[in-house]
Amino acid sequence: MSELRAQLREWRDAVQKRLPPWRSRALAGLLIVIGIVLPFFFPPSSGFMNATIIAVAYAVMALGLNVVVGFAGLLDLGYVAFYALGAYSLGWFGSGFFFKAHVHVLVSPVTRTLPGIHLNFILLLAGAAIICAVAGMLIGLPTLRLRGDYIAIVTLAFGEIIGVVAVNGQSVGVGGGMTLTAGNLGISAVDQPYFPGIGLFDLLNLRPWYWLILAIMLFVLFVNLRLRDSRLGRAWIALREDEIAAVSMGIPLVRTKLLAYSIGAAFGGMSGAFFGTYYTEVNAGQFQFGFSIFILAMVIIGGLGSIWGAVVGGLALGYINNYLIPDVLNGLPGKFGLNFQLTQVEFGIFGFLLVIMMLLRPQGLIPERRRRLELTAKIAAEDSQLMEAQGTIGGST
Amino acid sequence: MPVQPLVAVRRYVGRWGLIVALAALPIYYGIHDLTYGYQAGYVAGHAVFRQDLSMLGYDLAQGLSNGAIWALIAIGYTLVYGIIELINFAHGDVFMIGSFTAVGLWGTFGLGLSTGALGLVGGLLVTLIITMIVTGSLNVLIERVAYRPLRNAPKLAPLITAVGFSFILQNVGLLWRGGSPQSVPDLIHVQQTVFSIAGVPIQRGYLLALAVMVPLVFALGWFISRTRAGRAMRATAQDPEAARLMGINVNATISLTFLLGGMLAGAAGLVYALYETNIWYFQGFKAGLIAFTAAVMGGIGNVRGAVLGGLIIGVIQSLADSRIGPQWTEAVVFGYLIAIMIMRPRGLLGEETREAG
Repeated sequence: MSELRAQLREWRDAVQKRLPPWRSRALAGLLIVIGIVLPFFFPPSSGFMNATIIAVAYAVMALGLNVVVGFAGLLDLGYVAFYALGAYSLGWFGSGFFFKAHVHVLVSPVTRTLPGIHLNFILLLAGAAIICAVAGMLIGLPTLRLRGDYIAIVTLAFGEIIGVVAVNGQSVGVGGGMTLTAGNLGISAVDQPYFPGIGLFDLLNLRPWYWLILAIMLFVLFVNLRLRDSRLGRAWIALREDEIAAVSMGIPLVRTKLLAYSIGAAFGGMSGAFFGTYYTEVNAGQFQFGFSIFILAMVIIGGLGSIWGAVVGGLALGYINNYLIPDVLNGLPGKFGLNFQLTQVEFGIFGFLLVIMMLLRPQGLIPERRRRLELTAKIAAEDSQLMEAQGTIGGST
Repeated sequence: MPVQPLVAVRRYVGRWGLIVALAALPIYYGIHDLTYGYQAGYVAGHAVFRQDLSMLGYDLAQGLSNGAIWALIAIGYTLVYGIIELINFAHGDVFMIGSFTAVGLWGTFGLGLSTGALGLVGGLLVTLIITMIVTGSLNVLIERVAYRPLRNAPKLAPLITAVGFSFILQNVGLLWRGGSPQSVPDLIHVQQTVFSIAGVPIQRGYLLALAVMVPLVFALGWFISRTRAGRAMRATAQDPEAARLMGINVNATISLTFLLGGMLAGAAGLVYALYETNIWYFQGFKAGLIAFTAAVMGGIGNVRGAVLGGLIIGVIQSLADSRIGPQWTEAVVFGYLIAIMIMRPRGLLGEETREAG
């Protein structure tokens, strides 16, 4: 087994040596082009397109959570809070929910006649990001003195509190007969995105939705890649690896941690806002603890701290959850004579995936290099041998 | 080493701040009841107001008996955390499986509303023992499969497998008894008043919860402090490496800890099913979070703290249920959790740990 692995590594290195140095950029460009032309191969309102849109939006969330959990090592079990806040900021400022207000900014001619607050989708996206960034900071504050599992519990508690407020917001008045949320009834008739020159999106043609979320994902991906290699990104990784050492080297603990929370939250909020408009309603029932775990599973299956891993994990679980389980494999237990549907046990399946992943391949599908070293002592040992070997070569020449 | 003044102030504020925060709800509602009174019902269409503490007493009695169940679950969290510093997320779901097993066993034994008193007591005792064995073994099995292989992995890894197992168990429960809450026969007539103290009716359910919790807690306390295995547990909790060097089988000790925690969760599951007279697959999740809050409140790793925390959380919960509204209870409990984390992460009775400074 290890010989095979070594052989594979050798071949990979040999292939990589022959390829030109711009190969990774070419690959990224190729993937982006494939991503852009993908909708032309499927009917504009097929179930597959729907699953793809949701999967890409999940990938955006996974990228956001990856900043908090993967880069900064702060286990956030309440990420659903930012999904909720993002979706609600869309529901509040992009629908007739606050019916006493009349605010319209760059919306379609039809929407302009409706009561409520109606902002352009780009403004909503930015607004959701800002609201979530602030909320992320507030949630982060109490965890600053804590470490490890305690952070997980505090974030979980915040996520649950926001879920409870979302469900019960119906009974919280904000003046003028208007309430904070619509609870389990949901804020419905949310505006569809509208861009001057392009027109209003509608759910019969999913292609523009796909390009919109793809654009959001590429933006988030770009920000993520730049952040990882920035001073801030290195500070996060240093904090994750050893907090005491990092602080004594002059990394500002409070600012660095809070930035991780707020940036991760902002991405989650953007995706949440997109989900709000795509599902055309903001329903409190969507914001369950299971969702936080679902996003966490994406990050872990992809590989903690690995940007491409988060994308792959998000897409993979998105497709499994929205295409493979409900559309393809749903009747499978029935074929074995079992009396249930696979969608009922999807969280069990994710739980199983999490356990298996942690036991067999804790570094994830596309591991980050540093994490891989940490988790697989064997590879770490090999690498250290390699270092020694290089050292002796360097010494003899 | 002299303690810095600021740190001393923070410590002082931490402990007393927490006690003030915990006492705030009962004191506020006590004063409220005495001055403004509360609505005690209707007589001839008019609301009757009374000004005494009996409603508060009712809340407290309800809270303490609820808290007895949380205490049993919280001990499981605290034992496991004390020994391997892991938040065993699956623990709440082990408790849920305990409830399901107990209810399933009643069916097998034919316990029903028509069973006589002697048969009922005997049947419930046998059910209790079998349930405890089942959940204890389940907990040991989970430890063996999901946590032991990750003993030397980063701390995040077992936490994630714990969450994974929590979901697996929830779905087992879902397939077992369906997705909606199921009512179970009210075998012991929990709401029947046995006697009353100062106008506060003491129901059978309260006595049941305490009658199961108190002996188990004392037995556990005896086990941990007096037996050889208990001493091994304490040694392993202090320093696993040193314990191993002293000839303690660390893996067996950890398994034993999970066994004890699982058994208490099973007992709590049986009491819960009798007490609430309904069960559903999601009960473990909420109970787990509440019990974990209790464990943290008392000081995680500390058995006495877990019991104290469980009782306190029970009271907070029942006050929130009856005064603020049951739909907000969860938010109130978690609000307290966050407040504790800010003011005194090590809890009421806990010692300072590396994790929570």
